[in-house]
Amino acid sequence: MKIVVCIKQVPDTTEIKIDPKTGTLIRDGVPSIMNPDDKSGLEMALQLKDENGAHVTVITMGPPQADLILREAYAMGVDRAIHLTDRKFAGADTLATSHALAGALRKIDFDLLITGRQAIDGDTAQVGPQIAEHLDLPQVSYLQDLKFDGVKTFTMKRHIEEGYQMLEVDAPCVVTVLSSANKARYMSVGGIVDAYQKEVEVWGFNEIEVDEANLGLKGSPTSVYKAFARGLKPAGELYEVETDEAVGIIINKLKEKFILN
Amino acid sequence: MNLEEYKGIYVFIEQREGEIQNVAFELLGQARKLADQLNDKVYAMLFGHKIADKANALITHGADEVLLVDAPELKDYTTEPYAQAICQIIRERKPESLLIGATTIGRDLGPRVSARVGTGLTADCTKIEIGEKGEMLMTRPAFGGNLMATIICKNHRPQMGTVRPGVLFAMDADASRKGEIVNYEVKFDASKFRVKLLETVKEESDLIDITEAKILVSGGRGIGNKEGFTAMDGLAKTLDAEVSASRAMVDAGYIGHERQVGQTGKTVRPDLYFAFGISGAIQHVAGMEDSDLIIAVNKDKYAPIFQVADLGIVGDAKQIISKLTERLEK
Repeated sequence: MKIVVCIKQVPDTTEIKIDPKTGTLIRDGVPSIMNPDDKSGLEMALQLKDENGAHVTVITMGPPQADLILREAYAMGVDRAIHLTDRKFAGADTLATSHALAGALRKIDFDLLITGRQAIDGDTAQVGPQIAEHLDLPQVSYLQDLKFDGVKTFTMKRHIEEGYQMLEVDAPCVVTVLSSANKARYMSVGGIVDAYQKEVEVWGFNEIEVDEANLGLKGSPTSVYKAFARGLKPAGELYEVETDEAVGIIINKLKEKFILN
Repeated sequence: MNLEEYKGIYVFIEQREGEIQNVAFELLGQARKLADQLNDKVYAMLFGHKIADKANALITHGADEVLLVDAPELKDYTTEPYAQAICQIIRERKPESLLIGATTIGRDLGPRVSARVGTGLTADCTKIEIGEKGEMLMTRPAFGGNLMATIICKNHRPQMGTVRPGVLFAMDADASRKGEIVNYEVKFDASKFRVKLLETVKEESDLIDITEAKILVSGGRGIGNKEGFTAMDGLAKTLDAEVSASRAMVDAGYIGHERQVGQTGKTVRPDLYFAFGISGAIQHVAGMEDSDLIIAVNKDKYAPIFQVADLGIVGDAKQIISKLTERLEK
């Protein structure tokens, strides 16, 4: 089986803080990581490889420093790494990003394409299904687990609000994986050393199959009209009183807000 | 693309097992407000099988017209039949904008449709307004909620957005509202139906959705133990509220994960959020700070929860719960 996994380098959003004076993001010193959902997607691919044997390719689109997560993927055990980077891709929204990735994927033969459900910097959950559409492949999102019958059929467990669904789909197909699906393996020590000797293929616009009009800023139907830090609301009233009085204050507040009559 | 041809605010009506989901009514409420500002109409797209009896509720909740697609292919959600139905409506009716709930269904369907018709989709909006030229201004959190971004879709239609459940407000049903119910015929290409639904399994613990609650009685470390939660249950009953908790209480096993509020739990925005004995770590606050009214009770007057609370009481949460329940029961 041939598997491709799309991964993205993201700032660790749990480490991001807002400058209270300027209201802007402080990105200095914020570590870049492999997006958690993608990493679980990669782990899922490597488990399939462990169980059935598979060839696993990772692909990322991003600036030069995104090379780091491709090396990390090598150290975890992938067979091939592709770095998609070109000025023509810059300024892309989700749709333009999905077109660029689909353009690259048209050049790669695969049975299963795995993406993370969503990336922690944008949380949109759009790129996976959009790639599936461009490639005219079926999709299953919010994946928790999958089994391969060894021939051509996957049985999939998809998370939904009230529980889960079991679905069946034949290869080739696209899945988007939840970070809760598994616990990704660590890089092996030998793997880390080797990772820097392995080749990362760098692809640009000329290497992929896509209409240029669909790329980058020009190919992006959405744009940011404005961005702002979420305003902190002013602190409310604070009382340090006896229990009976405190309860009275609460009840008055509920009446004031028409929650109680 | 001639933008002038595109008219109407279309709302995807999500149903599960024939039951219309609350998020659909919330979207209709918002669409109604926007349409009134734009002097435009609200169209509800109701997909399913043998669900015609549900259509009228969409009119009383704000729709001018219901496009009812009744087909066995649409009984349960799978991506492709639903995408085909929406895309045919988009091609034939040319909507100005299209709203979908940001559920595991809407977030699967939305991007598939946006890619097929080649338009923009703004995910998980928390606010939708009308701009100077009548365009939709869709605001959403980014970078883990650290930043808000207002997104526009200038030259493509429909302007698509998904909105999380519990963020917008449904209007009260108005039985006097008039509207039309249209049976809409969709021509399916079944050769593209490649995902087969084997079964849907409900897990008991996931049946309660705290994001749908109007009032949440939430507890943290200061509640202490199982008895503390029993007391919270009592208070919740008097207020017709649901009980929720911070992560510490979930980890301690006093309450299930489905009731956890915060970054690794659920984002809630009830009318009223009680924080009893919750210190207010940033991960918790991120999941509840948009509640309309926050009342916090904590022994520590320097607890960060007081910075987001509208009303803070320094005191013993358990005593306050018991007294408050007593007073409310009267």
